Amino acid sequence: MGKKLLLHNDHVPNIHTYEVYRAHGGYASVEKALKTMTPDQVTDEVKKSGLRGRGGAGFPTGLKWSFLAKPEGVPRYLVCNADESEPGTFKDRYLMERHPHALVEGMITSSYALGAHTSYIYIRGEYFYVARILEQAIREAYAAGMLGKNILGTNYSLDLYVQVGGGAYICGEETALLESLEGKRGNPRIKPPFPAVAGLYGCPTVVNNVETIAAVAPIVNMGGEEYAKIGIGKSTGTKLISASGHINKPGVYEIELGVPVEEFIYSEAYCGGIRNGKKMKAVVAGGSSVPILPTELILKTAKGEPRLMTYESLADGGFQTGTMLGSGGFIVMDEDTSVVKNLFTFTRFYHHESCGQCSPCREGTGWMEKVMQKFIDGTANESDIDLLWDIQGKIEGKTICPLGDAAAWPVAAAIRHFKQEFIDIAKQKKFNDVKHYYRLNNLTEA
Amino acid sequence: MKVTIDGKEIEVPKGTTILEAARMIGPEVAPPTMCYYSNLKTSGGYCRTCIVKVTKGSAQNPNPMPKPVVSCRTEVMDGMEVQNYTSPDLLEARRGVVEFLLINHPLDCPICDQAGECFLQDLSYNNGTEKTRYEFKRREFEMIDIGDKIKLHMTRCILCYRCVKVAEQLTNGRVHGVINRGDVAEISTYITQAVDNDFSGNMIDVCPVGALTDKTFRFKQRVWFTKPMDAHRNCDKCCGKVRLWYKGEEVLRVTARKNKWDESEEFICNACRFDHKKTADWVIEGPTPISHHSVISQNHYEHLNALKVDTLKRQKALGFMNIDKRP
Ligand SMILES: Cc1cc2nc3c(=O)[nH]c(=O)nc-3n(C[C@H](O)[C@H](O)[C@H](O)COP(=O)(O)O)c2cc1C
Ligand code: SF4
Ligand code: SF4
Ligand code: FES
Repeated sequence: MGKKLLLHNDHVPNIHTYEVYRAHGGYASVEKALKTMTPDQVTDEVKKSGLRGRGGAGFPTGLKWSFLAKPEGVPRYLVCNADESEPGTFKDRYLMERHPHALVEGMITSSYALGAHTSYIYIRGEYFYVARILEQAIREAYAAGMLGKNILGTNYSLDLYVQVGGGAYICGEETALLESLEGKRGNPRIKPPFPAVAGLYGCPTVVNNVETIAAVAPIVNMGGEEYAKIGIGKSTGTKLISASGHINKPGVYEIELGVPVEEFIYSEAYCGGIRNGKKMKAVVAGGSSVPILPTELILKTAKGEPRLMTYESLADGGFQTGTMLGSGGFIVMDEDTSVVKNLFTFTRFYHHESCGQCSPCREGTGWMEKVMQKFIDGTANESDIDLLWDIQGKIEGKTICPLGDAAAWPVAAAIRHFKQEFIDIAKQKKFNDVKHYYRLNNLTEA
Repeated sequence: MKVTIDGKEIEVPKGTTILEAARMIGPEVAPPTMCYYSNLKTSGGYCRTCIVKVTKGSAQNPNPMPKPVVSCRTEVMDGMEVQNYTSPDLLEARRGVVEFLLINHPLDCPICDQAGECFLQDLSYNNGTEKTRYEFKRREFEMIDIGDKIKLHMTRCILCYRCVKVAEQLTNGRVHGVINRGDVAEISTYITQAVDNDFSGNMIDVCPVGALTDKTFRFKQRVWFTKPMDAHRNCDKCCGKVRLWYKGEEVLRVTARKNKWDESEEFICNACRFDHKKTADWVIEGPTPISHHSVISQNHYEHLNALKVDTLKRQKALGFMNIDKRP
C-alpha cells in the first residue's frame, strides 16, 4: 500500500467533524501558511510539488495559479469545481462526504495563496446532501475562527460559500460553471479571455477541482519538494481513482501515481481482480470521455512496456494505442460486456448533456446517438460504422468547449479497437448481447 | 500587424479579428458567417462556419494552431498566416459544419419567407452536398408569436444567438432568450411574454434563416418579386435610414439597410419598420445597389435586360463572390 495524503484518516470515526479533524492534524496548513508564509511562497510550494489538475486535463496547478492576473483594486476569486458529472467518476463525492474539512482547509490555504477573499464551492445539484455536509463543515470552521475576518488573528480574511448547481454536466466546464455561478444559463464562454484574466463577474479567477484543492494542504504541510518525491516523473503525488465496473472491489482508492495498471486491477490492495472469475475485456481509464482500451493495450503499451497509472504512461501511444488518466474514473469491463451497448450509453449521455451552443456538438451528438440506436435495434448497416467515424471526426476540435471532443473520442476509440463487434451486429442484423439481456431481466440462461 | 490569408497579405490594427482582416482583403478570402454580426457585441463563435486554419501563429511563435479556429472571434497576431479557401481539409471541415446545420433544418424553402435572402441557402449552396446522410426524423417545434409583429418558427432556427444579442443589447428588460439545452434548445420569451419594445423588429433582420419573420409581410410575396429602394425619414428614435421593398407601387415591408456582408448597417425602430408603409412617409433615394442575392437582383429589375446591364459582371465588380448560379 502506498502513501495516503487525502484518505489517510478514512478509518477515523467522526473525521467529518471539526474537532476530530483538527485533533488529527487538520488545518495545520492554514496555520503554517497564514502565520509563516507569504502567498507567493505558498504558490511556489505548489509549483515545486508538480501537482497537476485532478479535474481531467492535468494542467500544472502552480503554473495555472501564476497566470492569475492581479490588477489593483479588483477582487480575485477561487472557485472549486465540485460538479463531478463525468460518468465513472465519484471520488470528489467520497472526499467531500467523508472529509469535508479537507476541502475547506484546502480552500482556505489556496485562497490565501491567490489573494482571494471570497471563494466558492460549486457543487452539482444531485449532490445536495453533500452540500449540506460542506455547509456544516463551513459553519464549524467559521466558529473556530478558520473562516471569516482575521483568520487565526492574522489580517487575512475569507468568506466561503457553497453554491448548488442545477445538475448539468456542462456546468463542470469551468467557464459554464462561472456563468452558472453568476446566475446565468450554463453555456461555456468563448475563450479568450481565460478565467485567469476575466472569470467570475469579469474578475481574475482560478477554477480547480476538489481533489486538486484538497491536495494543497498536504503539499504545504510537507513541502512541495517532498510531495514531488511521490510518484513518477511529471506525475507527482497521490491520486484518487474511482474504480467501478466488473471488479471485485469497486470503490475510491488513493494511489501513489505510478502503480502498474495490472497491479491496480488485480491486487487485493485495490480492485481485487475481475469478479465471478471472468476475463477482462476493456477498460475506460479516466472517465467516459477518454478512449476505451482493450485488455492488451491497457496492461501494456504498444511498445510492450507495462502501463502505469500516470498521466504519461496512460497517454503513451497517443490515441492510436493509448488513452488518458483524465479524472481517474476507472471503468473495468469483463468479457461479457458489449462495447457497442456501452458506447450507446455514452453517446446518449453526451447528446443529453450538450449545451447546444455550437452546431457540431448540438447536432452531431444527437446524430451519433441515433446511429448507435440502430446498432441496438439491430437495424444498422456496415456503412453506419463509417458514418459514425466521419461524424465524430467532424465534431472533434471544432467546438467551443471540450465536450465536443469528449463526445467524439469514445466513439472513435470503440470503432478503432472493437470494430468487429459493430460489423457483427451489422451483418447479423441483431444486437447480440444476450447475456446482457438476461442480466437485465434477472433470467438465467437456458 | 501583418497577416496573410490565403496568400494575400494585409496590414491591420491590433485587435482586428481574422474575419475582419479577411473582409478587408475581400470576398475571395472572407469566410462565410452565420452567427457573427458586426454591430452586435459578443456575437459570433457559435455556428463554427467561419473556421479557418492558422498555419503560422505569429512571427514570434510560428507554430501552427492545432485546431481550426473561428475567424470571427480570433484576433490576428503579427506575422500570422491563415488558410481558408486554399486548405482542402479546412473546406472539408466546413462542409461538416454545414451538414450539421442542415440535418435538423426542415428545408422548407418553397414555403419559407426567407427564401432568396437566406444565409443558410447561400451557405449550403456553396458548401453543401446534394444528398443528405441524415435518415432520422427532423426536430420540430410549435410556432410562437414574439409580440404581435414577429413570428418565431423555431423549427428553422440554427441557434445563432443573434436575436438574443438584439434582445440583450437593443431592448430593455430582456425577456427573450434560450431555454432547454442541446438539440432541443429553443429560442423563446419568458412565459410567452410578448417582446414589446421599440427595437425588437431588428431580430427579424438579424435572423439568418426564416425563423423570425415579419408578420406584416409573411406570405405576401416572394422577396424576388419585390424591388428594394433606399429611403429615409426624420425619426426621433433611430437613424431613419431604411430599405423599402416594393411590389408595384405598394411598400410591402421595411427593413434596415444591409451592407456588403448582409448585415444591418444601422438598426431601425419598430415605428419605421411597421408603421410607415406609404411612399409618402419617406424620402426615396433610389434603387438599392444589387446585392449578392441574385435571385432578387436578376429577376426583378425587369428593365435591366432592356438596359443591357450585365448583372453578373456588375456583381463581380461589386465584389460579390457568392454569385448564385441557380436557374
Ligand atoms: C464538459 C466538461 C465537464 C467537466 N466537468 C468537470 C467536473 O465535473 N469537475 C472538474 O473538476 N472538472 C471538470 N471539467 C474540467 C474543468 O473545465 C476544469 O478544467 C477543471 O475544473 C480545472 O481544475 P483542475 O486544474 O484542478 O483539474 C470539465 C470539463 C468539461 C469540458
Ligand atoms: S461543445 Fe457542446 S457543450 Fe461545448 S459549447 Fe459547444 S454545444 Fe455546448
Ligand atoms: S431565431 Fe434566428 S436569429 Fe434567433 S437564434 Fe434562431 S436563427 Fe438565430
Ligand atoms: S460566424 Fe464565426 S462562429 Fe459563426
